[in-house]
Amino acid sequence: MITNRITSSEKQLTKEDFISDQMVKWCPGCGAHAILKAVENVFPEIGYKKENFMFVSGIGCSSRFPYYVDTYGIHGIHGRAAAIATGVKLSNPGLSVWIATGDGDSMAIGGNHFIHIIRRNLDVNIILFNNQIYGLTKGQYSPTTPIGSITKTSPHGTVEHPFVTAGLVMGAQGTFFARVIDTNIKMMTEVMFEAAKHDGTSVIEILQNCIIFADKTHADITDKEIRDDHQLHLKHGEPMLYGKNKEKGIQLKGTKLQGVVVGLNGVEMEDILIHDQYEKNPGFHRMLGKMGPPDLPVALGVIRSAEFSTYDDMVEVQIESAREQSNIKCADDLLNSGETFEIK
Amino acid sequence: MNKQAPIKEKESVVIKFVGDSGDGMQLAGTLFSDTSAVLGNDLFTFPDYPAEIRAPHNTLAGVSGFQVQIGSEKIFSSGDLCDVLVVMNPASLKTNIKWVRPGGTIIIDGDSFNEKALGKSGYQTNPLTDGSLDVYKVIQAPITTVTRDSLADMNISARAADRSRNMFALGIVTFLFSQGLETTYKFLESKFADKPDILEINKVVLTAGHNFADTIEAVDSAFKVPEAKLKKGRYRNISGNVATAWGLIAAAERSGRPLFLGSYPITPATEILMEITKNKNLGIKVFQAEDEIAGICSAIGASYTGSLAVTTTSGPGLSLKSEAIGLAVITELPLVIVNVQRAGPSTGMPTKSEQSDLLQALWGRNGECPVIVMAASTPASCFYFAYEAAKISIEHMTPVILLTDGYLGNGSELFRIPRVSDLPEIIPPLAKANDENYKPYKRDPETLVRQWALPGTEGLRHRVGGLEKTDIHGVVSTDPLNHQMMVQIREAKVKKVADRIPLQKIEGENSGDLLVVSWGGTEGSIRTAIREMQKKGKKIGHAHFNHIMPLPKNTIEILSSYRKVVVCELNNGQFAKYLRSEIPEIKYLQYNKIQGLPFFTGELIEIFNQLIENQQS
Repeated sequence: MITNRITSSEKQLTKEDFISDQMVKWCPGCGAHAILKAVENVFPEIGYKKENFMFVSGIGCSSRFPYYVDTYGIHGIHGRAAAIATGVKLSNPGLSVWIATGDGDSMAIGGNHFIHIIRRNLDVNIILFNNQIYGLTKGQYSPTTPIGSITKTSPHGTVEHPFVTAGLVMGAQGTFFARVIDTNIKMMTEVMFEAAKHDGTSVIEILQNCIIFADKTHADITDKEIRDDHQLHLKHGEPMLYGKNKEKGIQLKGTKLQGVVVGLNGVEMEDILIHDQYEKNPGFHRMLGKMGPPDLPVALGVIRSAEFSTYDDMVEVQIESAREQSNIKCADDLLNSGETFEIK
Repeated sequence: MNKQAPIKEKESVVIKFVGDSGDGMQLAGTLFSDTSAVLGNDLFTFPDYPAEIRAPHNTLAGVSGFQVQIGSEKIFSSGDLCDVLVVMNPASLKTNIKWVRPGGTIIIDGDSFNEKALGKSGYQTNPLTDGSLDVYKVIQAPITTVTRDSLADMNISARAADRSRNMFALGIVTFLFSQGLETTYKFLESKFADKPDILEINKVVLTAGHNFADTIEAVDSAFKVPEAKLKKGRYRNISGNVATAWGLIAAAERSGRPLFLGSYPITPATEILMEITKNKNLGIKVFQAEDEIAGICSAIGASYTGSLAVTTTSGPGLSLKSEAIGLAVITELPLVIVNVQRAGPSTGMPTKSEQSDLLQALWGRNGECPVIVMAASTPASCFYFAYEAAKISIEHMTPVILLTDGYLGNGSELFRIPRVSDLPEIIPPLAKANDENYKPYKRDPETLVRQWALPGTEGLRHRVGGLEKTDIHGVVSTDPLNHQMMVQIREAKVKKVADRIPLQKIEGENSGDLLVVSWGGTEGSIRTAIREMQKKGKKIGHAHFNHIMPLPKNTIEILSSYRKVVVCELNNGQFAKYLRSEIPEIKYLQYNKIQGLPFFTGELIEIFNQLIENQQS
């Protein structure tokens, strides 16, 4: 259970407390079902009163999420979940605010709000369903679609360089970034708990499969044959090891990260980097976030969780200090402040 | 002038200070207005400044002005033509001479009329010597030189001395209006309380200007505007933007709902954002958003969460907010959208006023998307209309667009300070915790208003959103008949607000030859014209609208009561178009002005007289 200024529940809640009465309408086999499961797992563990959870979303398959969890919720307009959530959290900082968004919703039409909520470090949790495609509009390319992909609006292949979500988040001075795969409910649940614990904007990128319009889009990470070599599961304080028998590791050579085999070419265990998710300097976190095949594995788990003051806290502190310092205590005081005069 | 010079009593006087941006004309004008207010005059001010912060020195583009009308009777506008014009350089004279009444007084800094400055402002010959100013009373003073001389003992640079030329000009004006210096000193003392050096310089130069006017013989008569007979009470001078901010602050306090403002800076609305953010001590949350859309969307989030949520903007910003207004309409959440209108389309003339966003406010959204539309009349009335907009929005759970404009927002007038407890009650329709009968779209059968269930409250968890919902239960639905019903309910809910708003009044007789119809920020100039004509026995009346959607219930009776109806607007006929669609029985004449300027009393009287006399029209 997490304790902070959000009121906790007096009794232990269960999954059932958050199951909505609405029919879940995602396609069978969609990765979103697993994300919903993870949320239902983690919310009772977080321990807040169930009335203190709030979901906000924009538009897209991901953004139907608020209808499928029994919390307070707003299903907003395309790209604007971050802006709506900002008003929610500022207006009532006693809420645990969660945003469900997709790659198009957050990084195309909502790109501006996305970078600014991260920059301000508002204390909310963003679950970003990255399936590298526009699903709800039936298969157009998104800002994370790999270059060259054939989609409904790129019949000759895309000629756009995609965003790497981690790079964008950390470029916007993100304080929390985690990446997980939609099939790994256990890791998703753990990461969501970590995100809830973090004070500030937490971005959880979920590499999600869209079986209809971008099936196997993450196959070079998730395929059984290669996944051990293409996934690095980060744990704070532990060496960055991967491979079937954890025989491989990440080493810093010069200014670059390299994948090496422990015991080969004189590489020893001490040479392998130890993960520090709490490091404030984002340098390593950026490098970890950008890793990927063919040369390096994709980093999964909590990549960055650095402590910085949050926007909502600073707003509250400023109001309190203004209250203490001002003689104007109510609207009548304000109306009569400054230069006034009496007509008799 | 010698001490025996005659003092002429005047009912009202229009004075305008003009100079280069940075010459301190706004300060001089504000000080003069505040002093006049304390001395008992009613007043109405309007600053007229360029969009550029500092256009090139001495050019026509850089001219910045401040106009004020003071009077011993109720003053409704900043006036048409100036009785006194203060000009600090040739460019100011060039751009403003057309606004001076023949026979009016022009106070000029003669030092600034050198060859270079004359050239920059496009004068071929020097107007001070070529006879072109013969129809005016010109008081030419070497303001720059005398200002520097008066500060000779203080060991400051000529450049620093020149910055206080505005005080010298103000000193001349205070003398011309038979005002002592004490009141102005007091304002300076409070303004520069923590800058004693600047205070001293300003006082010295102000006094020097006053004494200069007293001594020279160029001033052949002074004015006196007797005290206005204002209703008893405590007063202050207030601009429309500050009044809007304060009306919202008062409404938040009275409703018990915390104020939240999500806004993005835009001329001429920014001052509301600045004013509200100054008052965080009252527990107000202000979010300067990354763009207009985030401004309104954050407000919608705050509204769902229980705040009195507001977003403030001007025309182009309202365009950007359109989609989100639709979200507030379909989620049936309270939201006040203030649009301080400016001349459009697109960026248009950002510092000039216009009433051309009316149709955008009424209809500028996708889908059937009714909102309440109101408009304020004068700077001080912005307080009451902002308050009422918040009251209606909260009590009816629906967005309200409040239209003001640049003329109201930047203009100022005297404001009789009310007690907040005397303002009408505001009762938010809050749902009670653990109410088993709560349903998101269950309504009050009379008003059709749904309840406001705030996150954090036990037993009321629910979702709202942009997708159409079933009535009562609020479940996502594409049922054809449900959609039609919900569209009609939202429409009816807005229309029912007509039961709560005041009936429309006519200023004047209940019938007559010509009914002048107007709305929003033009009330003052039109009212002045109407009163003058009524005094001369003309059968003219004035119906000035503040409630536009819905219209007051008696609108049709009002419009049918005169022989002719003319709709006057600072746009191309938007209210007339709206009235034609709502009340097609009436024949509407139009008078439209789209110049970024207010109506002038003189032009209106001429037009109204023509309309009354011309039997054909």
